[in-house]
Amino acid sequence: MQSKTNTSSKPRAWWAAFLNREALTAYAFVLPAMFGFAVFYLLPTLRGMQISTTDWNLLSDPSNIGLENYQSMINDPVFWNALKVSGLYVLWNIPLQTVIGLFLAVAMDRLTRSMLVRAALIVPYLISNVIAAMVWIWLLDPFLGIVNSLLGGFGIDRVAFFGTPELALPSVAGINIWRHMGLTALLFYAGLQGIPRTVYEAAMIDGSDEWTTFWRITLPLLRPVTVFVLVTSVVGSFQIFDTIAVTTDGGPIDATRSLVFYIYDNAFKFFKMGYATAMSITLFAILIFFSILQLRLFRADQSDLA
Amino acid sequence: MENRVSSRVVQRFSLSRGIAWVLLLLFIFVSVFPIYFVFKTALTSHKVLGQTAANFFPSDSTLFNFSRVLGLVSPETAQAAGVSPETINFIGSLQITVWYVLVTVTAQVIFSALAAYAFARLRFPGRDFLFFLVLSAMMIPSIVLFIPNFILMKNLGWLSTFQGMVAPSLLISPFGVFFLRQFFLSIPLELEEAAKLDGATPVFIFWRIVLPLSQGPLATLGILTTIGMWNDFFWPFIVNSGSNENLRVLTVALQQFRANQPSGPPDWTGLMAGTFLSIVPVFVLLVFMGRRVVESLQFSGSK
Repeated sequence: MQSKTNTSSKPRAWWAAFLNREALTAYAFVLPAMFGFAVFYLLPTLRGMQISTTDWNLLSDPSNIGLENYQSMINDPVFWNALKVSGLYVLWNIPLQTVIGLFLAVAMDRLTRSMLVRAALIVPYLISNVIAAMVWIWLLDPFLGIVNSLLGGFGIDRVAFFGTPELALPSVAGINIWRHMGLTALLFYAGLQGIPRTVYEAAMIDGSDEWTTFWRITLPLLRPVTVFVLVTSVVGSFQIFDTIAVTTDGGPIDATRSLVFYIYDNAFKFFKMGYATAMSITLFAILIFFSILQLRLFRADQSDLA
Repeated sequence: MENRVSSRVVQRFSLSRGIAWVLLLLFIFVSVFPIYFVFKTALTSHKVLGQTAANFFPSDSTLFNFSRVLGLVSPETAQAAGVSPETINFIGSLQITVWYVLVTVTAQVIFSALAAYAFARLRFPGRDFLFFLVLSAMMIPSIVLFIPNFILMKNLGWLSTFQGMVAPSLLISPFGVFFLRQFFLSIPLELEEAAKLDGATPVFIFWRIVLPLSQGPLATLGILTTIGMWNDFFWPFIVNSGSNENLRVLTVALQQFRANQPSGPPDWTGLMAGTFLSIVPVFVLLVFMGRRVVESLQFSGSK
């Protein structure tokens, strides 16, 4: 208000807006964060784009090769396989994880509000991917693992979960589902608390059964949370690395060589920095595309509660 | 009327409620049982593992595996017991993990709060644009940043150093800035306006009014980033390219412990002792701050 009358009575120099006390304080407040942003987010992204147009092994000087890396990427069957592995992994992981999370959330909402139940379900998420992978290579071990002993009880032969190409990827996805189902449930549960009880009561009086209420009321009203859960879990899932590094190391025969794992191989094992960054920029583009697609599909900006 | 409705509800849903209870208990079992089983295995001596691996209850209760993982047993004794003399420097790794988490989380919370307050309340040219930039940083996949950041650390000579480990996550957490800004915006403006009329500076208002009101959200952010940094693997793994043993956080140490297993059947009892020891701090967090942790995670989605 005050500054407005000031400017109208006497035009101030263009830099005055930058020099008042409030603005100076603000710049001091954002300085560390913006410095961190510039050095560790903005510049690396730009530098990544630039490195992706070079041939560089870190030892000699980078040589400019234009879009050649992107060309070799298109002609690289391992790249396409890695893309397929990441995509399949998302398909193994996300639908099951979301359905289990949704079920657990509704069950907790209707059956028990116990903090102990929520804490028990969240335990796997507090454990890192690396440790979760350790736990499961033991439980799924072909010779001594408890899962195979249980399967043996049903007359099923011992299964090498991580050693069989068809089973390795679903097994890795299973570890991730185990680790994330509680967190997903917790996020849905929080969303359920935002639905007014009166809506359920009205449905019940109208004679709607539990199943119909879930499909017609709970699920549509939960949409904003669902979009958040889906976008973040798909983006995270597509970047799977840790679990693979511990369980299968990309094998057997590339069955779990996901895109990020293949990028890691190229950057830190083969030292093909240009090629690795070209693939990582491509990954970035793919993720942006899918995030926008999901937001569009689920009309994320609209709420049915309004 | 009301009575009829509720009795109908109870009758109609008792069977499905029963099934739902069974499924819920099953998932709780699936969540927790693996951890118990790891503990059971860690208590088993290497020699009897072959016969007792599938037992639900411990048939043995030796602390030998824990002591040899911690390096309290001489390699000769380990070899005599028929297990690999490979150890993890658990205490060292725990120390470096605690430092890693402590330094990054403290710095992130402080710098996020400062920036978030400026974005929420102060007026300055370029504010919306800078905030948009910070938001967009949340979209960038970490691998895109890791390769150039690795090269930057190499040029600075910071590979396999503590400063190299913490540098990228020290000054900014885009999620932290976003999360705290949303909370600061929800604080009633009147409080700050009143202080302003009394001639308080923005620094004073931030320090004496806004921060004390924000203890809950600051704790939530602290817990969320602690869980994230505690479980961090990829960056500490690649930046420690010289494989400096003193800089291996727990996740990296355990991955190396597994990778260094001699070929043949792995040393399961040792691996599980190491695995269980790495889970213990998480349990401590859950036991002492369970409600807070659960509520924080629950909150992380509602933005």
